[in-house]
Amino acid sequence: MTMMTAPHPAESTARNAATPIVIVGHVDHGKSTLIGRLLHDTDSLPEGRLGQIVESSQKRGRPVEWSFLLDSLQIERDQGVTVDSTRIPFQFKGRDFVIVDAPGHRQFLRNMITGAADAEAAVLVVDAAEGAQEQTRRHAMLLHLIGIRHVIVLMNKADVLAFDAARLEAAEQAIRALLAQLNVSVDAVIPASARDGDNIAAPSDRSPWYKGPTLVQALADVPPPAPRARLGFRMVVQDVYRFDETRYVVGRVDRGIIREGASISIGTQGQTARVTEIARWHAPALPVAGPGESIALRLEPDIVPDRGDLLFNPDEDMPRPVRSARIQARVFWLRQEGLKRGERLSLRLGPAEYPVTVASIDSVVNLEDMTLQKADMVGPEGFATIILTTAHAVLFDIFTPGLNDGRGVLVDQYQQIVGGAPLIGAAEISEPSHTIHPTESVISSEARRAAGERRGHVFWLFGRPAAGKSTIAREVEARLFRDGQRCVVLDGDSLRAGLNSDLGFSQEDRRENIRRTAHVARMFAEAGHIVLVALVTPMKSDRALAAGIIGKAFSEIFVDTSADICESRDPKGLYAAARAGKIAHFTGVDAPFEISDDPSLTLSSDSGPERAAETFIDYIQTKV
Amino acid sequence: MDDLDQLEAQSIFILREAYRKLRPLGMLWSLGKDSNVMIWLARKAFMGRVPFPALHVDTGKKFPEMYAFRDEYAKKWNLDLVVRDCPPVEEIDPSLPPAARSAARKTAGLAALIEEQKFRGVIAGIRRDEQATRAKERVFSPRGAGHQWDVRNQPPEFWDQYATPHEAGMHIRVHPLLSWREIDIWRYIQRENIPVVDLYFSKNGRRYRSLGDQDITSPVESDAATLEDIIAELRSSRTSERAGRAMDHESEDAFERLRVAGYL
Repeated sequence: MTMMTAPHPAESTARNAATPIVIVGHVDHGKSTLIGRLLHDTDSLPEGRLGQIVESSQKRGRPVEWSFLLDSLQIERDQGVTVDSTRIPFQFKGRDFVIVDAPGHRQFLRNMITGAADAEAAVLVVDAAEGAQEQTRRHAMLLHLIGIRHVIVLMNKADVLAFDAARLEAAEQAIRALLAQLNVSVDAVIPASARDGDNIAAPSDRSPWYKGPTLVQALADVPPPAPRARLGFRMVVQDVYRFDETRYVVGRVDRGIIREGASISIGTQGQTARVTEIARWHAPALPVAGPGESIALRLEPDIVPDRGDLLFNPDEDMPRPVRSARIQARVFWLRQEGLKRGERLSLRLGPAEYPVTVASIDSVVNLEDMTLQKADMVGPEGFATIILTTAHAVLFDIFTPGLNDGRGVLVDQYQQIVGGAPLIGAAEISEPSHTIHPTESVISSEARRAAGERRGHVFWLFGRPAAGKSTIAREVEARLFRDGQRCVVLDGDSLRAGLNSDLGFSQEDRRENIRRTAHVARMFAEAGHIVLVALVTPMKSDRALAAGIIGKAFSEIFVDTSADICESRDPKGLYAAARAGKIAHFTGVDAPFEISDDPSLTLSSDSGPERAAETFIDYIQTKV
Repeated sequence: MDDLDQLEAQSIFILREAYRKLRPLGMLWSLGKDSNVMIWLARKAFMGRVPFPALHVDTGKKFPEMYAFRDEYAKKWNLDLVVRDCPPVEEIDPSLPPAARSAARKTAGLAALIEEQKFRGVIAGIRRDEQATRAKERVFSPRGAGHQWDVRNQPPEFWDQYATPHEAGMHIRVHPLLSWREIDIWRYIQRENIPVVDLYFSKNGRRYRSLGDQDITSPVESDAATLEDIIAELRSSRTSERAGRAMDHESEDAFERLRVAGYL
């Protein structure tokens, strides 16, 4: 880990923001009552509020109902249920908390998520006599999936068990076992009565055997959020503005620190730029920004990133984001209809949005016994592990509780949020025999030849940039067309503009570029086409890869133009840019070019593309 | 970052999401303290400019000080100010209690303005701590074709992912100040030196804590004559901010009925 030279302002806090605490649990286990009691016992009620509750309770002929504090909507008061989450500020021992009341009814699950997803800690309310019920399990599962790190269990209504140590101990063991199954660690299990106030703000004399903290104490013991400033820098581009001839790349820093002068790598394209300014309006100039800050960056060169591009600092000695087009995710499904394999959705990751297909449903959680089962569908409001595939590789970090990493959200075609999908990693490509069943053409090559079709073949032209590969290929294509022969040119720039637009110029990306191109070329050749591939293909191993994919119908054509001539031509200005340091890893400048030992044919473009084309066509006719 | 920095950063994030995803977009400017903070946050988000119109739905019953404030700062802040009048009270649902009926004029005026400009997003400065029904709000709150708020069927909203309109005629109410408290607003006004109407400061032992129309807002007893005084007063006070708003007290559900119909 890189040591920071000086602490960033993000690491010192003048006053900490309120710690959000979510209260969850099965219906009627006493959540609203607990909150009402908590506010009353910590002296947090606004003036007149207690009077209102007493009056409201009396109107309905009931004793003081603490839950009326929260259930402020008319329908809630009439029906006695909490419809939506509410946030109530409360202060204890000089620390600010916000209580999020999450409704327990099953149909209100999405409201619970809305309230709970950013909480620092959760209080899971369990009726001591009833024990864990379906919503207890569901909520516990959600706490696990949304990554809440501190869970306090309140064994409520302990008065019903007369605060009997043995019976409460048994109830505690049962709930601890359930939470252990989910890898949820428990800060405290507190026997309590919310209605009567036992062990809420003050220790109860009805449970002299209990040595643990009161609820309020347990909340005060929740540590503040871990600092995110010392992790690797991450920011997702939210938008790009152009105001008064100045371009600003805006977004919020997820974690780490960004300084003026630092390098950043942009999205899957992986272009790099330097931060020339961290711009702010009406704020002191500061050449650095940290987690949580909404900032505006000016870049050099003045690149225009896309919304959703993930930015990180390639110079930091820190783990880099994962990159994959197959992503494993744990999903909590919020829609009433099930989720099936093959369904097309969008995956949102911060401001990024990618079309995805549900490639497989690996396992679904059975809430009865918390086991994982095979299923074809994730049921309404169910939990599962699934694999999503994207058209282009996605750059992401793996879900980590307490951070914004990998917080995937699924939206449907109407842009409705239908599920949460913490991303847990790049999915291995499963064994082809299990999932892929390529079909062979029923037309044999003999049948094709009998019908007058020529044999397809791939001619792989390689050589230095500006060697004349594409020029020769296009010339040959034109001549073959005049002769009525079917010919396809796959050249590097055209492929990178479309099929391979998600690839950069790293070693792996170049190899992937070649792998894909080889597969496409093979398909054309199988359909009887003459395929001319024009790609630099500088490494022997990569040419071998292509040869392996294409098989017998492969010929390696070396366009042997000397390095000096290529550089003097430089039609696209690439050599000049590489020499100026604007392009990294450019073949022949700062990346190797391995010449061929025994190419099928060597062409020279020194005496013009026409001559080379003639030689080439003669060779082609021997192969098809 | 301190708590105000966090609130500010979150509001900027919300405003930038709204600007990107909801066009045409407008920002309601009631000339009160919250909406001044909101304009200020927009200028922070967009490097000193407000790149969408500021909307004043005018009841014609604001205090003269508020109109003067509007004209001065619309110019000073270079706002694209859009002012529209509200329909007369005679056209409003007579079953509402008097103050609520008067307030509902604003709902009707706003609805007409949304229709006129075909807004897909309207930014409003409500806060959760103001009133119990506002506590139930989403940051991006979808409104149906009739501008109704479906309290019982709100979209999930987590990990900073917000709803967008998905049917013709829908719009989204965007609430960048939802997590702010009254005292945060005043601390931020003090920190950033944001101008506010003078009526908030005590004269002769009374000041306005919340500014609505003249006929439905009353001043509260207070000696707070400076920003420091107001902040100190709020630190020790337990009276509700909207204690001076008549319609909140007419019946248990008057405010909720207003809100469901599209009132702020």
